[in-house]
Amino acid sequence: MNPARGSLLGIEHLEAAEILRLLKFARRMNPDKPRPLLKGKRVLLLFYEASTRTRSSFEIAAKSLGAHTVLIQAMGSSIEKGESLLDTGYTVRAVGADIIVIRHPNAGAPYIMAQHVDVPIINAGDGLHEHPSQALLDAYTVLRNKKTFKGLQISIVGDIFHSRVARSACHLLSKFGVKIILCGPAELVPDIATTLAPGVRVTRHIEDALRGTDVVMLLRVQKERLSGLKIDLPEYIARYQMTAGRLKMAKKDAIVMHPGPIIRGLELTSEVADGAQARILEEVRNGVPTRMAILARAMGKMR
Amino acid sequence: MKNSRRDVTSRSTSSLLIKGGQLIDPAARIDAAMDVLLKDGRVAEVAAPNKIKGSADEKFDARGLIVAPGFIDLHVHLREPGQTHKETIATGTAAAAAGGFTSVCTMPNTVPVVDSAEWIEWLRQPERGAVINVFAIAAATRASKGVTLTDFRALHSAGAIAVTDDGKPILDDGIMREALVLGGELNFPVVQHAEDTRMTENCSMHAGARSFRLGLRGMTAAAEASIVERDVQLAMQIPNARLHVAHLSTADALKSVRRGKRAKARVTFEVTPHHFTLTDEDMRDYDSNYKMNPPLRSVSDREAILAALADGTVDAIATDHAPHAAHEKEMEFERAAFGITGLETALALAITRLHREKRISLTRIVELFTAGPARCLDFRGRGSLVRGSVADVTVFDPKKKWAFAAAKSLSKSKNTPFDGWQLTGKVVATIVGGKMVYSG
Repeated sequence: MNPARGSLLGIEHLEAAEILRLLKFARRMNPDKPRPLLKGKRVLLLFYEASTRTRSSFEIAAKSLGAHTVLIQAMGSSIEKGESLLDTGYTVRAVGADIIVIRHPNAGAPYIMAQHVDVPIINAGDGLHEHPSQALLDAYTVLRNKKTFKGLQISIVGDIFHSRVARSACHLLSKFGVKIILCGPAELVPDIATTLAPGVRVTRHIEDALRGTDVVMLLRVQKERLSGLKIDLPEYIARYQMTAGRLKMAKKDAIVMHPGPIIRGLELTSEVADGAQARILEEVRNGVPTRMAILARAMGKMR
Repeated sequence: MKNSRRDVTSRSTSSLLIKGGQLIDPAARIDAAMDVLLKDGRVAEVAAPNKIKGSADEKFDARGLIVAPGFIDLHVHLREPGQTHKETIATGTAAAAAGGFTSVCTMPNTVPVVDSAEWIEWLRQPERGAVINVFAIAAATRASKGVTLTDFRALHSAGAIAVTDDGKPILDDGIMREALVLGGELNFPVVQHAEDTRMTENCSMHAGARSFRLGLRGMTAAAEASIVERDVQLAMQIPNARLHVAHLSTADALKSVRRGKRAKARVTFEVTPHHFTLTDEDMRDYDSNYKMNPPLRSVSDREAILAALADGTVDAIATDHAPHAAHEKEMEFERAAFGITGLETALALAITRLHREKRISLTRIVELFTAGPARCLDFRGRGSLVRGSVADVTVFDPKKKWAFAAAKSLSKSKNTPFDGWQLTGKVVATIVGGKMVYSG
């Protein structure tokens, strides 16, 4: 079965024009001025993994559009009793879900769901694979600050290997010709990352990544996903931590982004996190209109 | 002739004349129009067309077809004892017969593990319902835990043809050395599933650009190659040691095996149809029918395997037929079971990919299904149709085009990436001990 129309499984196979349409529509969305585009619809939030930002943001977005939301978390549901992914999917469909938003620790889980369940599936992060709504809200944030993607250089520093945010960001930015620099140690930023999309370059040197860059996107070292990999944190901090001093190497008007959760004192200092160039909370804010657009699109209401 | 004791099919007392076919018997260096007379479960005569005198109870018209020694599959999971929801000896051997196999080796990673003489005997009982010959490969260590060797002597005399911990590697250097030493004394091959599992934790496909893109942790080629290199080194050092490398999949591991063979070590290996057909780029939409261990590798690994198939280095094609129920496969890719079925597509994939596309001769392909595997694990009286051999024969049409439909598979499980594939080359008859067990 093909995924239902309106599904958002990843950025990789989304066309640039469709992304722009989504971002444009998102600008018209405002949680403080609710629009009943999804009045009476049921949005099932199926969360197999912990989440603060994404979950609350999807929930507020859905409610702002007039939809009901039901949250199902792995803990305290039949999933805990061993119910399979597909059986859970069939069940929530039978209960009356119109849209399923799924966060899952395994890459591809939303794809499997979309092949078997006939409602739009929204990927809210699948393992190391993709996090499309994050990439879209980041693109929204970049465009609010930089007006256009044209001529931009964006440097992503940190744990690329374990990051679905990085994969989705690379796919999205590459579609608009952005120069993308991935920076970090080889264990976290393998050379093969350059094969992800056109325009992606890898460097081990923070200076190289920062010089003349327009956007610095920081990523957390995902300790829970290292799977036996040993990272020397003091060494990481010494080489890659974003400090106010290092940030000066970037363009004067460069902005600092981070999908969160941030770990102060590790990938960035408090000075940077709270500084004038930081857009970290703006990203969170932008998540709501972006996800309103994603949900409206899922129901064919993005007009 | 200890193998003959293990036959599970009853011997035919009648005679069967296979007439008008093209006989390809690589072990006997025959590729010619020949008639073959089977009598009392043996090959009674092989002669030029119409030269066989006397009458036969039955005749088989093989005009336009290839007549070959019965195919041998060194690597099959029949799932008994214990996992009959995936496959049984009856269903698995029916699928094997449809694929042209007259003998299969069944792997011991069952529930419980086949690690004792009692289980070897159980496997050989007629109640299992095998329609072709089933040879048991026993566990190399108790419960395949990799700690204590099984009783090789007892397993050997009970009829096991080799030992392995397949599904897992024998990781410990000392245990592997001990296995090869003891195996060497008994002329008992040790079959290794080469994977350094310390390097493949939570991995579900080959490590490369594709796994990175899909966010799946990848098994490096090194995880296979390092174990093969160690094993080949051991086989070169230990007198009479016999090593058989299962489902070899990487160019680097191939280098080690080539070195071992040049040094005259007793090292053999098999490759699977899926590894010479597909690569890691072929998996779409997290389809777990593309998930197996070892995983589909890179294009350059596949090219290296194709070259080794062509130049004579590869000893055997084996399917690694690994049936799983739908509910064990239709799930998150990383959680789905490893393995695909393969018995009914092996010959057609070999003809389609190796013969028609890569111009590898039919003689070489037949060798990879017959004399080659027979050599790896000492199938005496099999793998050739010289007079006096066991009357195991495979007859196939190398030009027949057909579409494989998984739903019609005789295997209990349908987990295959080849569903709907247009293939060339089809089995027409499978004869075991002079008795026709499949005709298509």
